[in-house]
Amino acid sequence: MTQDFRLDTVGLINRDKKLSFIFNGNNYFGYEGDTLASALLANGVHLIGRSFKYHRPRGFFGAGVDEPYAVVQLYRNNETEPNVKATEQELFEGLEAKSVNCWPSVNFDIGAINNFLKVFLPAGFYYKTFMWPKSFWYKVYEPFIRKAAGLGVASTKHDKERYEHKYEYCDLLIAGSGPAGLASAYAAAKNGARVILAEDKPRYGGTLLTSEVNIGNQTGKEWSENIITELKEMPNVTVRNRSQVFGYYDHNMLVMLEKISDHLPKTKKYHPKQRLWYIRAKEVLISSGSIERPLVFGNNDTPGVMLSSAAKEYLKVYGVLVGKKPLIFTNNDSGYETAIEFKKNGVEPIILDTRKEPNSETIEEAKNLGIQIKLSYVVVAAKGYKKVDSAEIAKISDNKNNLGALENINCDCICVSGFWTPTIHLASQSGNKTKFDKNIDAFVPGVSKQNETTLGAANGKFTLEETLKDSFDAGYELSKKITKNENKILCPKVVEKKKTTHDKFWCVPLPKGKTYKRFLDFQNDVAVSDVEIAVKEGYRSIEHVKRYTTLGMATDQGKTSNLNGLQLVSNIENKIVPEVGHTTFRPPYTPVTIGAIVGREVGKHSRPTRKSPIHYWHEKNNAVFVDAGVWLRPRYYKRGNETLFEGSKREAKNVRTNVGVCDVTTLGKIDIKGPDAAELLNRVYTNAWLKLPVGKARYGVMLREDGIVMDDGTTTRISENHYHMTTTTAQAANVLSHLEYYLQVVWPELNVNVVSTTEQWAGVAIAGPKSRDLLKKLFPKIDVSNEGLPFMGYLEGELFGVHARIFRISFSGELAYEVNVESDNGSFMWEKIMELGKNFEIQPYGTEALSTLRIEMGHVAGSELDGRTIPYDNSLEGMISKKKDFIGKRSLNRKAFVAKDRQKVVGVIPLDKKTSIPEGSHLVKDKNAQLPNPKLGYISASCWSVEFDNPFSLAILKDGKNMIGQKLFAMSPLKNKTIAVEIVSSHYVDPKGERVRS
Amino acid sequence: MLHIKCPHCGMRSQNEFSYGGDATVKRPELNKEISDQEWDNFVYNRKSLRGKHLELWQHLSGCRQWIKVERDTATHEIFKTLKANEDI
Ligand SMILES: [Zn+2]
Repeated sequence: MTQDFRLDTVGLINRDKKLSFIFNGNNYFGYEGDTLASALLANGVHLIGRSFKYHRPRGFFGAGVDEPYAVVQLYRNNETEPNVKATEQELFEGLEAKSVNCWPSVNFDIGAINNFLKVFLPAGFYYKTFMWPKSFWYKVYEPFIRKAAGLGVASTKHDKERYEHKYEYCDLLIAGSGPAGLASAYAAAKNGARVILAEDKPRYGGTLLTSEVNIGNQTGKEWSENIITELKEMPNVTVRNRSQVFGYYDHNMLVMLEKISDHLPKTKKYHPKQRLWYIRAKEVLISSGSIERPLVFGNNDTPGVMLSSAAKEYLKVYGVLVGKKPLIFTNNDSGYETAIEFKKNGVEPIILDTRKEPNSETIEEAKNLGIQIKLSYVVVAAKGYKKVDSAEIAKISDNKNNLGALENINCDCICVSGFWTPTIHLASQSGNKTKFDKNIDAFVPGVSKQNETTLGAANGKFTLEETLKDSFDAGYELSKKITKNENKILCPKVVEKKKTTHDKFWCVPLPKGKTYKRFLDFQNDVAVSDVEIAVKEGYRSIEHVKRYTTLGMATDQGKTSNLNGLQLVSNIENKIVPEVGHTTFRPPYTPVTIGAIVGREVGKHSRPTRKSPIHYWHEKNNAVFVDAGVWLRPRYYKRGNETLFEGSKREAKNVRTNVGVCDVTTLGKIDIKGPDAAELLNRVYTNAWLKLPVGKARYGVMLREDGIVMDDGTTTRISENHYHMTTTTAQAANVLSHLEYYLQVVWPELNVNVVSTTEQWAGVAIAGPKSRDLLKKLFPKIDVSNEGLPFMGYLEGELFGVHARIFRISFSGELAYEVNVESDNGSFMWEKIMELGKNFEIQPYGTEALSTLRIEMGHVAGSELDGRTIPYDNSLEGMISKKKDFIGKRSLNRKAFVAKDRQKVVGVIPLDKKTSIPEGSHLVKDKNAQLPNPKLGYISASCWSVEFDNPFSLAILKDGKNMIGQKLFAMSPLKNKTIAVEIVSSHYVDPKGERVRS
Repeated sequence: MLHIKCPHCGMRSQNEFSYGGDATVKRPELNKEISDQEWDNFVYNRKSLRGKHLELWQHLSGCRQWIKVERDTATHEIFKTLKANEDI
């Protein structure tokens, strides 16, 4: 088998290793070292897809990251990935790819009818069309657009690949391994700096791989290979290929995407697919090179029209001829270099140069080789539908306004060069205010904002001699600043052919009577006429023109189109480009997969999972778990086929009749020590704390400064200057920060220390009428009678040889205790409780029963203390000290907070005593009122009262205080329910609170 | 991501810190009679400055100390960091 367009010896591919691949269902082969693009071109395949809007045939335009056309749907290892650039995707054995934007196929495309309707699809057509009639959107427009437009298709499967994040620090980060990157990296590394050198392509060397130059008596390619080899061996240097530095963020933080496995048929075991590097660099050297600009002429999007630099790269790197009758259309010397390479490989190119009398060493060489050169000539239009088959050319007048007679010329590709645009994205992202350089008709970096230096072509320096000199100097000077070393490497001697100035002309006028489309943005199908319409319709700001026409907004982010777009707007408005300004460059420079951004933080790795020391007992005993913040808590312990409703009801009922035990380890615990500890509590809580005796607990409510309840819990005085505070599970971290803030910033004079002890203690609640009897068995040597351990009392004791803290506090409203032991003993304590509790018919209970118990008791919790309620709303006004000041007190006399009809927590019962009321339901007076129905309140928590065996809910209700006994409706449009309800006291069970004191 | 010098720990990345707002706001003394306006200024009213701003940050995933950071809100340049009890 041979490939029609592959040269026999030229290129850097490995001809010993053939790779087979499938494109659009056809089998092809390429070689190791190919990209999908070079392998297709070697097989003579130029038609790769359809354009986004008009569905015009699309080929290859570039050879790398700048490619606007050649995006494909990639299939690899039973997975699929959309919008992969064929010019970047390395070939591997068994690769499969398909065109995008084609329906039903790339050769017969229904959407291409848009091409014939293009007169109806001008700039802003998305804004103008598809708007009316409104009813058409869902049924007609959207399905059509979805099918006919859009790029690739995302996989719906879970991505099994592994993506990693890495944090790195270095002295110098160098983005790009062309001549500038290699020289600066070498100079800096030799001077002792820690260097990271990143190259987005698989091969290092950048333009040195394709240009005919000499550096220190070696070819450019040899020199680059030797430098890389030496750099790789240095311990202070990290060299990475397939790695794109795509974002420059604050304080010299850069982010780089390393593609580790994308070039392989399958990711190796234990390897990630991609790795995202967060690099904090002391200095950044941007050596990202430049991208060739297109010339604009009729049908310049036809497959076979491509950048001359890309044609040269396909030839020199991959040994591929993009055509055998190439037409080179150029306004500068770069086109000649491509022509010379064709000629050297036995192909006869024809050069059309827009310039009248250019002269340089490069042009001289082309002439000497006998290449046909037509000066003051332009391509007016490419001919051919799915592939260029000829071109319409003409002589152009000196003022570039008038075309001579049209001539037809045979060709199978048109290689264009409209000069070079420095890749300034990273510099611009860093905050550098870029400036317009009239000599090269492009923007270059201005004054550095962060510690960044731009070198070589990215800095608008297009000769190798200048680039190497600047780069050796920069590498040395910047490394010297950091390492203080003075080991300077001399810049080697450079031999390169001289070039002359380019022509500013880039957009070929339309001949009379012709309506050729002249494209600026090839991926989004934005033509010269679209920009003209936008300006005509009044769009002036380049940011507006961009959004209206979608110029530069495709996945290539306008790498080849932005500057021509700017030039056009400035030409129309008779301004110069710097006045128009350029659009903002934002990261990422190239598309980054969501997988890489997310990294390892997926599934259960997306956040830590906290488990209590008793977790494994719960697991063994059929606990059904629920997420409580980052904690896993038993929701209920399933018996047989029990539902959540049945199980939690059984558990709650058992607490009310016998005794239950609940793992409350997740409650926040804060140890507070110091002579001013009581004073701190007195300022933080709304009630009085100065007189709490040792061995007593007290319930406290804390507010934010704006009067909203922040958290509640009990705090126990362990000894004279030592307190143990508990917080809710959810607010534990915030309360600690809150205390630290007041101690460190507001009242540093208070002599108190706070530290979280949540993980140091395992805690259980033992609740129910038989809890005291159980406690007696657990602590036979201690007096736990009502006198020995009264309500809100505290004791320490030994639980079978294990130190324990015993608190008589209750969340369930029953006679109850909480016992804490050191975490390591948590499991032991739990098993002892279960063992000794057998005689009292003990059952463990989960969060669902816990909620039921507190709701029917009218105890407020997170669903009422939701960051919107004040103490009064929660019937906690009795907790507010009138005598002392505390955090948030001054806010409580705000007008709304003291309003006569202020909201308040109430109980709610359905009139039928059967229908459970969905949480979040609105309480309204009239169920048939016109929408929006005035809302009087909302259901905050619902349960099935085990005491009364009917549904019971808590609600926050306007004027709740005076609403007891009223009949209202609870409406839940989400659940489509309207329930007649009665408002009752929130204290549904044991309203006098006798049980906890019994 | 900002790079913040904790006066206790040294240079650390922003993701170890949490933001704490304007450091120049002083909490009114306890038990002191003040007007509604003064209280509102303390609780709610903040300037949205462009430029140099003295602000509080807590080194949450480090030493847990609240610190003061003098930062340019437009450019993110950090001029100085101080312990909570230090003044600029
Ligand atoms: Zn610190």
